[in-house]
Amino acid sequence: MNELQDSNAGPQQQSMISRRRLFRLGAGAAAFPVLGALLNACGGSSAPASSTAAPSSGTSSAGAASSGDLKVGIMHSLSGVMSISEKAVVDAEQLAIAEINAAGGVNGKKMVPIVEDGASDPATFAEKAKKLVQSDKVPVVFGCWTSSSRKAVRPVFKGSASLLFYPVQYEGLEMDSNIYYIGATTNQQIVPSVEYLMGQGKKNFFLLGSDYVFPRTANGIIKAQVGAAGGKILGEEYVPLSGGSNDFSTVISKIKSSGTDIVYNTLNGDSNVAFFKQLRDAGLTADKLTTCSVSIAEEEARAIGGDILKDHLVAWNYYQTTKLPANDKFVAAYKAKFGANRVTGDPIEAAYTGVYLWSMAANKAKSTDVAEVRKALSGLTFEAPEGTVTVSPKNNHISKTFRMGKIRTDGLIDEIYATPKPVEPDPFLETYPWAKEFAKQKPAS
Amino acid sequence: MDIVLSQLFNGLSYGSILLLVAVGLAFSFGLMNVINMAHGEFIMVGAYTAYVLEQVFTGALGPAGASIYFVAAIPVAFVIAGIMGMILERTLIRRLYGRPLDTLLATWGVSLLLQQGARSLFGAQNVQVTVPNWLRGGIDVSGQFTMPYSRLFILVLVTACVAGVYYYIGKTAAGRRMRAVMQNREVANALGVDAPRVDMLTFGLASGLAGIAGCALALLGSVGPTLGTKWIVDAFLVVILGGIGQLVGTIVAALSIGWGNVILEFFSTAALGKVLVFLIVIAFLQFRPAGIVSRRGR
Repeated sequence: MNELQDSNAGPQQQSMISRRRLFRLGAGAAAFPVLGALLNACGGSSAPASSTAAPSSGTSSAGAASSGDLKVGIMHSLSGVMSISEKAVVDAEQLAIAEINAAGGVNGKKMVPIVEDGASDPATFAEKAKKLVQSDKVPVVFGCWTSSSRKAVRPVFKGSASLLFYPVQYEGLEMDSNIYYIGATTNQQIVPSVEYLMGQGKKNFFLLGSDYVFPRTANGIIKAQVGAAGGKILGEEYVPLSGGSNDFSTVISKIKSSGTDIVYNTLNGDSNVAFFKQLRDAGLTADKLTTCSVSIAEEEARAIGGDILKDHLVAWNYYQTTKLPANDKFVAAYKAKFGANRVTGDPIEAAYTGVYLWSMAANKAKSTDVAEVRKALSGLTFEAPEGTVTVSPKNNHISKTFRMGKIRTDGLIDEIYATPKPVEPDPFLETYPWAKEFAKQKPAS
Repeated sequence: MDIVLSQLFNGLSYGSILLLVAVGLAFSFGLMNVINMAHGEFIMVGAYTAYVLEQVFTGALGPAGASIYFVAAIPVAFVIAGIMGMILERTLIRRLYGRPLDTLLATWGVSLLLQQGARSLFGAQNVQVTVPNWLRGGIDVSGQFTMPYSRLFILVLVTACVAGVYYYIGKTAAGRRMRAVMQNREVANALGVDAPRVDMLTFGLASGLAGIAGCALALLGSVGPTLGTKWIVDAFLVVILGGIGQLVGTIVAALSIGWGNVILEFFSTAALGKVLVFLIVIAFLQFRPAGIVSRRGR
């Protein structure tokens, strides 16, 4: 999703996060056998250690990797502007790996993560991906956050003996056989949120975003959708991602004079802080003007301040407050391992779910071979913290329940609407008659 | 009509922010001819000062601290940024007078050092300053037109800063010494003015004003290590357009750019509006290279 194209942009979206970055190591990684039991129920937990694609022992990065260990890759930004958000995702992946190992591992082997630092730089991501895939020969990599880093590593995974699990919602219009998209595509986040808003009688949209690929792609889709449903786009504004003075007074004047009843916000990062502060100062609180944001999750909401964001709307597939038994366990385990002051959020949950999906598929296939795991993944179902998810046999995405949320004063988010069942992924929007121009971008297969 | 009034106010407000950011630079760049690329970082220092004071005040006084810390933040930011400026002048800039390119590179390095220092001290993530209760909301003139208190406050703050600067230059002995040194260093020296000390104080004043600007900017957005770099280009633009060494010019330039920006942005987009402002300024400088107010030659 959120791309960082300018290192001068300052820490972007997740960089607002104000939390202690204390890694509480040794906080009982094996203390959560309950979730692990789920895994046992789903796949052969005591398969002999004879995996066909066991990683070669040619590298030493994994430290104490023995023949009973299964090396897997974790590849996120541990330094640079994206590190704050991606570190939380690494935590979630480490948590899932610890739980799975405690419950018997994958095909009887313990997963041993090789953690690589993409350094918030697409070129570094490509280099690290090559190392993991070609030298360490890991069967799976859990990694990337920005769309630019994902696009940089695509060629490395293409046709390789490794899979990439990508945990962040993104702009859709992509499908690679070796990449599994665990975050939402557009028809699981943006499209249903627009449907929901229009169902609430909001017909006059004002589109506001940072000036880069994600907001422009998203707004292209929203324009087609709103137009087809008889609504109007009253304004479309993009502010520079970086170097801008963060003065939103004119944008707010335009919003006021447009007579809009819904501002659809794809602003990235700190622009959100300035925008919402100035919006409140201009007297436009949530009861006077509805906004819907797609880049503000729990950590950002807490950092911007619940008093400023109170009652504004957000669109995601998961909230920390999501009421499901699997989520209660996940949130408790996450807080126990990393600190009570930490919050979970959509990408964190997706990263956790991704690790489980891969391990379940590898157990089911009794192998870590890419072709076997892909076969096992197709149609695989998991009771994730966000609810039941199913890997689509058609497009490597997973079905996800869409949830509309309202921000509370404490920065957590309450669900105000959820689709009755998970939304099937449709990355090229082929099932939507108004989206023909996007469906055309699907590569011939 | 409301929208016109609203935009007039926005322009005035944006111009006042620009002026606050640029007024310090009008001293260091305008009067002393030092191209100080680290000026933006003194703005950042001011913004972080507001953040730290908020933490200290709320820590000591509870929620009551959140509404009064800002009053203390402004003078403290002025002093801290001012002292840092004087240290920079003493240790580095003093050795580079008359070598503008070396100064530019050296202060650019200092700006990177300060940014990295902020990153190490406060973390890479940006922080937020809680706006005091009495600066939240605004005066509702009509449904379309609200004057936010924070922006009115910045207007008052700028007015006070500019008045203070005029008083300092025009009425105090230190200000007269400063003018004397800037106008003719040798003669001032010969008459017993301690020119190096005046340099240091002037640079400290310039940096202190940047610190005050940082406090004000913390009200509008988030505070991060690169806060200053967002504004440094605009600040130089204002000083150059106004005319080097001309405070009146700086004021006129800041307000012109403020109004120009909001008007052009209103009729185009945020990015295009900015481009148009730059184009107009460049075209203007083709005809009047010395800026809006130029020193008459003798």
